Amino acid sequence: MDFYFGLVQIIGVHTLLGLSAYIVLLTGQVSLAQAGFFAVGAYAAGMLTVLAGWHLVPALGASAVCGAGVACAVGFPALRVKGLMLVIATLAFGEGVRLFFFNFDYQIAKGEIKVGPLGGEGFRQIRFFPENGWSTGEVMVFIWSFVAAAMALLWWFDRSRYGSVLRAVGEDELAAQSVGINLTAVKVSAMTVGGAIAGVGGGLYAHYTTHIEHASFNILLATFAIAYPIVGGLRNVFGTVLAVIFVQGFLIEGLRFLGDWRNLLFGALIVLAMNLRPSGFLGARRRA
Amino acid sequence: MLELQTLSRHFGGVRAVDGLDLRVQEGQIFGLIGPNGSGKSTTVNVITGLFAPTSGKILFRGEDLAAVPTHRRLRAGIARTFQNIRLFGQLSVWQNLWVAQNSAEDQERQGFFARWLGGQGGVRAEIAQLLEFSGLAHKQDELAANLAFGEQRRLELARAMAAKPKLLLLDEPAAGMNSEEIAQLRERILKLRERGVTILLVEHVMELVMGVTDRIAVLNFGQKIAEGTPAEIQAHPAVRKAYLGGDAA
Repeated sequence: MDFYFGLVQIIGVHTLLGLSAYIVLLTGQVSLAQAGFFAVGAYAAGMLTVLAGWHLVPALGASAVCGAGVACAVGFPALRVKGLMLVIATLAFGEGVRLFFFNFDYQIAKGEIKVGPLGGEGFRQIRFFPENGWSTGEVMVFIWSFVAAAMALLWWFDRSRYGSVLRAVGEDELAAQSVGINLTAVKVSAMTVGGAIAGVGGGLYAHYTTHIEHASFNILLATFAIAYPIVGGLRNVFGTVLAVIFVQGFLIEGLRFLGDWRNLLFGALIVLAMNLRPSGFLGARRRA
Repeated sequence: MLELQTLSRHFGGVRAVDGLDLRVQEGQIFGLIGPNGSGKSTTVNVITGLFAPTSGKILFRGEDLAAVPTHRRLRAGIARTFQNIRLFGQLSVWQNLWVAQNSAEDQERQGFFARWLGGQGGVRAEIAQLLEFSGLAHKQDELAANLAFGEQRRLELARAMAAKPKLLLLDEPAAGMNSEEIAQLRERILKLRERGVTILLVEHVMELVMGVTDRIAVLNFGQKIAEGTPAEIQAHPAVRKAYLGGDAA
């Protein structure tokens, strides 16, 4: 049973990562920076619970704030460029974050051992869950309550004028500008909300794996983040959830029995899925 | 209301707009005509801020617009439609009007929270009125991309009106329309004037321009070659030669 609980945890955390890219993608921006915000959230929450002895819930709040703050700061310069230039700029940011944590040491003695991030060796012993005796099932429910909250938030946005404005910007920036929409404000706000969601996702990730290191936040994770809303489609948040289940549950875990052939099939199945549903599982409503 | 002072916009060596002087009075319907490539659309794009002028000034109600970014020009009261329709195709008709409610009045009326994250309740009556005006009430939940061509043109005009403009720039609103649709458009334009909206009408279709405008300026190669009432323009020899075709008889 624990295996399945573990899988559902992974799906939950990746859903948060995917949702953080979803809101940015609504404005038409392809961002590879989401893994960077996720890493910032992971280290922030881990350091607060391990080094500062905080409870996890306020630590996750701090993750959200850190993720949002970094996203907002990155958003202003990065969102001045578009398309492939933005992809490259955000990719560079993500790598920059990874290299920062590769070189980041901040250890303090806690009883007999030293704890805290230790450069390339990573940050071990993030043991909030085991220390407080949480079972895998409880952790799973905890993670999914944050996923549900993020989904509810984005669902609400979509019913509000803000959501329509995000989509309007994604569809035609020039027209959006001409009807009085401040493009910079809208894009940076989407990036900031995305950064907060990714930050919480990272904080949860750090605590269920108990061990994080720079290599976990690589380009592959950034690619997954943006792939989820693309594969899932932009009609609503459930597309992203379905895409995470498809990729993490089916392609990665479900096909494990295929051994090395899995990786080959993995790419082929994503291509197939995109061919069958070009605008994602839950794509935009069809033109008549 | 709107004053262009020796306005120029060059693209490399091309002088799309070249030293244009123009004065549009409040309440006027001002026609801007000229052959293809004479700089009409460029003028609209410079007024709305999509292009920066190469030189010259744009004064709107006495205020210089040089430092005002595009999205703020709408708040100041300038709205437009596009020559090649630019709707938000994957939003509904209703949402297309909703996102365009960015006038100064709208921003003051509602609090930040209600305006951005609130529901549709507070603005329903106003949008219903716009839908009524443009004859799209029965299509309010349709995606804009699914509308017929004439309906898209009407929606674009309604979207510009959703911003409660004082000055409306219409960039070839009659392009591709049949004469019945042009007659309806004419009615709408006249109704807008009754509401106190000043209109700059960039148009090819003479049947519309000559019928509704108070004053017309004619562009050719980015320069104004004539200005006057419709009757004066029709009789102007240089205009007939450059634009209306035919011999200058």
